Amino acid sequence: MDFINAIILLLNYIFIPALTYGSQLALGAIFVTLIYGILRFANFATGDMMSFGTMAAILFTWYFQSLGVSLGVLPTALIAIPFAIIFMIFYMLLIDKFVFKYYRNQKSPPVQLAMVSIGVMFVTQAVVRIIIGPSDRRFFDGEKFIIKAGEFKEITGLNEGLAIKSTQILTILVTLILVTTLFWFLNKTKTGKSMKAYSDNEDLALLSGIDPKKIVMITWIIAGILATIGGTLYGLDKSFKPFTYFNNMLPIFAAAIVGGIGNPFGAFLGGYVIAFSEILLTYAYKKFFMYVLPESMEPDGLVQLLSTDYKFAVSFSILVIVLLYRPSGIFKGKVL
Amino acid sequence: MRKNLNVIAAYSIMMGLIILVGIFQSWNIALSIFNLCLISAVMTMGANIQWGYAGLINFGIMGYTALGGLAAVLISVNPVQEAWSAGGFNILFSLFLIIGMILAVRYVLKKYDKSKLRTYIIATIIISGIILVRFVSEPGIEAIEEVNPAKTGFLGGFGLPIIFSWIVGAVFAGGLAFIIGKVALGLRADYLAIATLLISEIVIAIIKHEDWLTRGVKNVIGLKRPAPYEVDLQQTDWFINLVEKFNFSKLNLIQDFSERQSALNQLVIEGSSIFVKLCYSGLFLVVVIILLILTQKALYSPWGRMMRAIRDNEEAANAMGKNVVKQHLLIFVLGSAIVGIAGAMLVTQDGLFTPGSYRPMRYTFLIWVMVIVGGSGNNFGAILGGFAVWFLWIEAAPIGLYLVNLTTAGLEDTHFLKQHLIESVPYFRFLMMGIGLLLIMRYRPKGILPEKIEIK
Repeated sequence: MDFINAIILLLNYIFIPALTYGSQLALGAIFVTLIYGILRFANFATGDMMSFGTMAAILFTWYFQSLGVSLGVLPTALIAIPFAIIFMIFYMLLIDKFVFKYYRNQKSPPVQLAMVSIGVMFVTQAVVRIIIGPSDRRFFDGEKFIIKAGEFKEITGLNEGLAIKSTQILTILVTLILVTTLFWFLNKTKTGKSMKAYSDNEDLALLSGIDPKKIVMITWIIAGILATIGGTLYGLDKSFKPFTYFNNMLPIFAAAIVGGIGNPFGAFLGGYVIAFSEILLTYAYKKFFMYVLPESMEPDGLVQLLSTDYKFAVSFSILVIVLLYRPSGIFKGKVL
Repeated sequence: MRKNLNVIAAYSIMMGLIILVGIFQSWNIALSIFNLCLISAVMTMGANIQWGYAGLINFGIMGYTALGGLAAVLISVNPVQEAWSAGGFNILFSLFLIIGMILAVRYVLKKYDKSKLRTYIIATIIISGIILVRFVSEPGIEAIEEVNPAKTGFLGGFGLPIIFSWIVGAVFAGGLAFIIGKVALGLRADYLAIATLLISEIVIAIIKHEDWLTRGVKNVIGLKRPAPYEVDLQQTDWFINLVEKFNFSKLNLIQDFSERQSALNQLVIEGSSIFVKLCYSGLFLVVVIILLILTQKALYSPWGRMMRAIRDNEEAANAMGKNVVKQHLLIFVLGSAIVGIAGAMLVTQDGLFTPGSYRPMRYTFLIWVMVIVGGSGNNFGAILGGFAVWFLWIEAAPIGLYLVNLTTAGLEDTHFLKQHLIESVPYFRFLMMGIGLLLIMRYRPKGILPEKIEIK
């Protein structure tokens, strides 16, 4: 019995939260990796682009709520997402046309493009804050829990409760569907294959008649979808605050590099690597050991490897270690 | 003279703008803008050495700034005796343990060839070392943090004049840069940018959460000052006389004695804060000028030419027998040390250390905007960038308000759009920075004052 309790405890506090957080990071990391692989620069505006997409989703959610449209138990934001994506793609293509296109045609070095993306970051941040303001916003509606901790205890008769939020399941499911579709698209369709070829060797791809304009446009469209959905899922699960989104850029970068930048599958797994290590290393295992070990061996302290204050630091340290020992990432990067 | 005409013109415009603020807003605001402009100028000089001279991208400026600030605290605060006796031994002992750990790792690295076994040994040393250090330091840290937590709860510093911290801050930042450089300089440009950005976040996390060292988010306030205090000034005779002399004609217009006295008092209060700010300006100006002379000399020395050669073509420079790795490390340390000075100066001016206020937007990306806008590779350009961007950063709110009022003049004051826009005026500064950066990068990619190579 104690053993099952211990497992439920880990599920509740480590596994499910890490899986959710990892999915959110994974979407962002694929976004970073796609831009890096095809447009060839590190996009420092990642976090703010995600917050822009989320802002659009929130605005549409409010609009639908005012119309009285709702999905019942599911959050209204789900209807808003497609509209937000269209809005977001429009914004991204606009930025590309007025900002990035020039440098791409000039064949500027990646560092210059990264600097330009900092300019975009400033502008996007300003636009988001001017439109929706810097404060914390919750836009979740519908049923909050699938199983509440108390109900779970009653049903199973265990000491430990397992609470599953509907946003957690939603996040994991949507991520899985989206990522599967994306990999199917990249690996099986003609456009996807030409994107891979373009990322692999630009000149060769051009020679074989691949239209770079189309590739770039499709990249931005996919990026827009990923950023909006990733951002909205994060906002539904936690809350929307522009500053948090800017900060999320850092673990997202860590995930993309750990997985091997330019490699979407690596980025996908990298998200989970970062999320799990952050939570595993900062969780206090005292209760777990109380269940597993006999009473005489119970630990005195919290059995916490690092205090939760260092959550971010964990992922960055992993990144530094990976950069040192395997600069191309765990899963060989730079092949899309 | 003709050659430097654009430099002189740009600086005159800048000074003119600050003087205009002095006339139209107040001299107090103008001077505080000027002081922060000087600090920003020091930071941009540091970043410019790395980016402009050597082409090294360093997004960790925030971390070095914070270390400079930490130096200011550690140097100037008086030691907390109780805390030292409570946990000082444990902390010192853990410090020795860390040093021992590093020496052990170094020994293993030198003694054995690269192999799996070596990696495992190093990993064991590090992991067991960390566990040992935690075991030793934990009771010490707890004891220290329990000493009068509302006021101290940390070890304090050395109780020296805060000016020394400017040098110590440089040493701290340089030391960190040495470690980062050893680790990360081999990376490609954009990886280096991300790695330094993340490492600076780790530094901030440590400063924020190690309360025994820095009081963490509880902040350290009331640091010593290199300049006199306003309250003291207001009671000194020579200062009151000075203010009287300056405003002689104005005061003479007032006939009534008591009225004259109160007017004088008002002037003395205003004057004291301006005087204190002027003291800071003087100190900062000295630093900026010394650094400017040194960096200019370095830029036009054989060493500067070598750095440019390495920047422009690493392989060729390498083939000519220049040690690229060593020079990169050197310039990384030098630039970071300068940023460390700026960090200490900033805390000195504010008189408080707030670890929570170190954010990448303000301390990393804004500095980069300054370097790019001003002109990378040109010291005068970098300083001008520091001035212009900081000026705009502060004055963006009034300008934004003016623009909002202008564009929404047709709307009523209660219109929701107008109210919303007026509320969001503070964020116009981000917009201006972003658009400014994008425009400069597009139409003047070398900055306002571009780098020029003179052969002397």
